[in-house]
Amino acid sequence: MSSFTLISAALRRKKTRTFLTFSSVVFAFLIFGVLAMLQTAFSMGVDLAGEDRLVVRHRVSLFQLLPQSYEADMEEIPGVIDAVHMTWFGGVYQDPSNFFMQSPVEPAEYLDMYPEVSVPEEAKLRWIETRNGAIVGRALAERLGWEVGDRIPIQPTIWRQEGRGDEAWEFEIVGIYSSAVEGFDETQFLFRYDFFDETRSFGRGQVGWFMVRINDPERAPEIAAAIDDAFRNSAAETKSESEGAFAAGFANQVGNLGLIVTSILAAVFFTILLVAGNTMAQSVRERIGEIGLLKALGFTGARVQRLVLMESVTLVTTAGFLGMLLAVGLERGFRQALAAYFPGLYLRPEDLALGLGIAVATGLVVGIFPARRAMRLETALALRRL
Amino acid sequence: MSAREPSASQDGNAAGLPGATMVDVRGVSRTFRRGRTPVPVLKNLSLSMKGGEFLALMGPSGSGKSTLLNLIAGLDRPTSGEVVVGGAAIHRLSERKLAAWRARNIGFVFQFSNLLGALSAERNVAVPLLLTSFSARERRRRVAIALEIVGLTDRGKHRPRELSGGEQQRVGIARALVNDPALLVCDEPTGDLDRATSAEILDLLGALNRDHGKTILMVTHDPVAAERASRTLHLEDGRLVECGHDGTITVPVHEPAGAAV
Repeated sequence: MSSFTLISAALRRKKTRTFLTFSSVVFAFLIFGVLAMLQTAFSMGVDLAGEDRLVVRHRVSLFQLLPQSYEADMEEIPGVIDAVHMTWFGGVYQDPSNFFMQSPVEPAEYLDMYPEVSVPEEAKLRWIETRNGAIVGRALAERLGWEVGDRIPIQPTIWRQEGRGDEAWEFEIVGIYSSAVEGFDETQFLFRYDFFDETRSFGRGQVGWFMVRINDPERAPEIAAAIDDAFRNSAAETKSESEGAFAAGFANQVGNLGLIVTSILAAVFFTILLVAGNTMAQSVRERIGEIGLLKALGFTGARVQRLVLMESVTLVTTAGFLGMLLAVGLERGFRQALAAYFPGLYLRPEDLALGLGIAVATGLVVGIFPARRAMRLETALALRRL
Repeated sequence: MSAREPSASQDGNAAGLPGATMVDVRGVSRTFRRGRTPVPVLKNLSLSMKGGEFLALMGPSGSGKSTLLNLIAGLDRPTSGEVVVGGAAIHRLSERKLAAWRARNIGFVFQFSNLLGALSAERNVAVPLLLTSFSARERRRRVAIALEIVGLTDRGKHRPRELSGGEQQRVGIARALVNDPALLVCDEPTGDLDRATSAEILDLLGALNRDHGKTILMVTHDPVAAERASRTLHLEDGRLVECGHDGTITVPVHEPAGAAV
């Protein structure tokens, strides 16, 4: 028998109340876990952004095209090592709800630019051999049940084929890529730019945006300015920024997610403080006689205070841990269900640690006032409540 | 500690032995405050108890019986005067030392057993042992002995709700005994029990006093309970008088001030 036996006995004293409080804390931390996942998904681009990569797009908007010839021009600018281009294809596979990002790329250059992308060697060779070949992310392939060799029709919404009207583009899956980097987008559909450029009905030689690798991340602003200067007063002026800034700007189109999530969590935890605080206050109020008894038996005020604090911390921390565990359990389901929209949906270890830290802190805050009251109780007066 | 032998208090205090002074209350006053108004409850009261004595303290409600009991048990401090128990001047001890002293030297028996409902009888008995450094084995041994003394060896695994009122009170007494204190203070220990069960509890207290050498101070309203004591004192208007078992005053004890009973 230890002090924990007394804590356990106190928590089991009013089982229904403890259960209800416990459940509300579990839900609060489940919400915390899910919101943390969403926030991670929205900021994933920012977190995973390469420090040595810039994004160069049309100055007016991301959807205005740039000449593909800019690639060679940019590679001449001091500090630029390499540049690759991507283009928003925006096609539909079977149903618009099967949304995923599609882009034509130049295979070898793209894979050089993104070492995070891991593709089997034989897939790379087949990609070079197969004109309409495409590689797809593992999560996307799993979601839609695709395998290597499958022929995938994509209905165009922007890019029609020359002389084929609304006829679907047909691609052959030559490989499935994955990434060892947690949260990296494994839902992309990448196909060959040469096939795309020769087949499309308009806009030949035009691309969506460029990814540019630079030799010194600290010089990123300077190199970005040099790129923009190089195309100033041209028909297609550019806007260059770091990959992280680009991703943050993209995420913030939804709103200030950090503020939204923090506001929701603040409201949730304020409610939890009230609920759990009320439970602990009631619990101590009902046990004044019992606390008096413990003091009479020789428990010091400090020891009684510790017992009440430990009771509160045990209640909130256990429930918080369970809530976070449930969030981890839901993670896989969420990833599958929402992969198309939030490819980086996962619960980061630091968010788990933060959740547990908040649970312990909440337990302490909730317990401190009842614990101090218990400590200060006059033994003889408390015993009258027996 | 054994089920059969009398024991000295855990700190080896000789005051636990029969004949030595166990409780020495000298010129004690206790005044409470109700708002700004001082309310004197005990006035210049003195009392002495020998080790091995079984003393009943009677008196009408509000006479200060429980206040005196609390002072002797180290639950409260006198406004003035001295309280020496087992040779320790407890009115001078800090809160922390007083708590430690209570844990070692005093066993409490209350009107209601006040057991923790979620714990088994043996775990309730073991609660005071949480304050000791005894090994788990020694704790189990002490709990077993305490339950044997109160005749509940076979009920140790039962929860309080599975025990009768008398059995619950016996568990409360076992809890009071488990640290082997020299002095048991009992505040209306039969106040919540029927006549037959009261008699069982009083038999048990008598046996603890007689066979185990426990000094017992018992506050009671019940003259039948007081009859079991070796001495009965009556507290009225802040003054102590010694009574016969029929309630007749045999010795006025309070004059002069500070004179011990």
